[in-house]
Amino acid sequence: MSLDAAEVVKIAHLARLAIEEKGIPDYAGSLSSILDLVEQMGAVDTAGVEPMAHPFELSQRLRPDEVTETNQRDHFMKNAPRVEDGLFLVPQVIE
Amino acid sequence: MYSKTVAELSDGLQKGEFSSEELTRIYLDRINNPGEDLNCFISITAELAMDAARAADRSRSNGKAGPLTGIPIAHKDIFCTEGVKTSCGSRMLDNFIAPYSATVIQRLNSAGMVMLGKTNMDEFAMGSSNETSHYGPVKNPWDTRAVPGGSSGGSASAVAARLAPIATGTDTGGSIRQPAALCGITGLKPTYGRVSRYGMIAFASSLDQAGPMTRTAEDAAMVLTAMAGFDPRDSTCVDREVPDYTAGLDTPVKGLKIGLPGEFFGEGLDSGVADAVQAALSEYEKLGAELIDISLPNSGLSVPTYYVVAPAECSSNLSRFDGVRFGYRCENPKDLEDLYKRSRGEGFGEEVKRRIMIGTYALSAGYYDAYYLKAQQCRRLISDDFRKAYEKVDVIMGPTAPSVAFNIGEKTDDPVSMYLSDIYTIAVNLAGLPGMSIPVGLADGRPVGLQIIGNYFEEPRLLNVAHQYQLVTDWHQQIPPGFADAIP
Repeated sequence: MSLDAAEVVKIAHLARLAIEEKGIPDYAGSLSSILDLVEQMGAVDTAGVEPMAHPFELSQRLRPDEVTETNQRDHFMKNAPRVEDGLFLVPQVIE
Repeated sequence: MYSKTVAELSDGLQKGEFSSEELTRIYLDRINNPGEDLNCFISITAELAMDAARAADRSRSNGKAGPLTGIPIAHKDIFCTEGVKTSCGSRMLDNFIAPYSATVIQRLNSAGMVMLGKTNMDEFAMGSSNETSHYGPVKNPWDTRAVPGGSSGGSASAVAARLAPIATGTDTGGSIRQPAALCGITGLKPTYGRVSRYGMIAFASSLDQAGPMTRTAEDAAMVLTAMAGFDPRDSTCVDREVPDYTAGLDTPVKGLKIGLPGEFFGEGLDSGVADAVQAALSEYEKLGAELIDISLPNSGLSVPTYYVVAPAECSSNLSRFDGVRFGYRCENPKDLEDLYKRSRGEGFGEEVKRRIMIGTYALSAGYYDAYYLKAQQCRRLISDDFRKAYEKVDVIMGPTAPSVAFNIGEKTDDPVSMYLSDIYTIAVNLAGLPGMSIPVGLADGRPVGLQIIGNYFEEPRLLNVAHQYQLVTDWHQQIPPGFADAIP
């Protein structure tokens, strides 16, 4: 499997990662070699094999729909790059 | 003092031979000298440690001490520690002060353990050499040209150099066992779900598990007893009674059936590692264990399978780092998309970006069946191999890693060759089984680890089997030259 520059740019966009133009050939090379490794899976016939998502076949636990946490908004917002009046600030999105 | 195990320190504290304050001071001194050049720590929490040590001494004088009260510990910087920087080895979280503590941290704090600091690690636990850390590589105390392994490299190096009597680690594909092997210490990855993942920064949620990194199996048993247990805050944590892991350590291993998978002893295994592992297996034979050849026919699929499952889950988990709510934000974003892209592009290192991109690709429209679904099917085959093997044997043994520690810089240009250093450990995570590594020798002056893999929730047996070996050998007592005889 060989990824070209356009595919690398597309994947980086889907992942919302800015990558430098000059780094693209390196990504194309290393990602392609990882995909070559991954494609060794193709050597095995898995027709009819039930996919395994989790080590145990457990379903997710449910709990009563009750409030269990106290509101700590200000405490948790201390790590935010920019806040104002309890809101996270980002660049303007609507003209 | 630094040569004492946790069990010995516990005994000394109980008898009043020394205080936790004295003990903590010794370790804080050792972290600076002789430990400074190893780069094991991202944060040293000296003041908090001294406060905790004095509090532990007060608890003891009030008659409220448990077996771990007052014993120092180093925590991998992947565990959130309230009020203390929790970086996960990344520029992305270089400014992140955790607003709460992980369940593992809460439990060990409640047991009276004294945090010395936060250990260096591969960025977001993605690496096998500790070279992907934003804070620079950690060195191996056995040979400072060598890597300590990863991703829990700082924890492994610190315990090996006696900068901490014990440390926490996490293991997604071998990140406790492989550095334990490369640094000559004991490391245990418990069964998936045995230890809470709450507050442990997520890499691949169906694989991640926390465990102890120690000098001896007995120490690992003591600490796991405090770490493990049900936590309603982790939806995959298993609600199952926690035994006293120290209770069964003394059971003789006579009659133990040890399975040796042919696939773990074939091509790609260094001869020095093979020799040390064979010598350890002979030791088990002398103790009355029976060696049985087995096969894990699909184990060759584990590295390819892992490099779909883990990146897919990481690409999803790491989408939370967006420059908005916490973590790194780029300068002067021109719009929201630019803010996301540059914050992530500048905040993450190369290996993390590679894995996010592989995962994004594998999950993208049109590729899901070929990669992710296929990998989950291979995962089932790998897991079934173990299930069949445990119908015949009690434990499985083999090398932890195919070679001893490689040199810093040796594999950084070739991600795939780096990935292959976890070739024997990854299958265990995919199956969700418990696995250990214990030191069994040196090759070219660098440590060799024996991996012991157990059936689900058979940590007591793993610890027992490891302890019985440590009773008749002294590899776990070897101190790297240069870290013995230094102060104090």
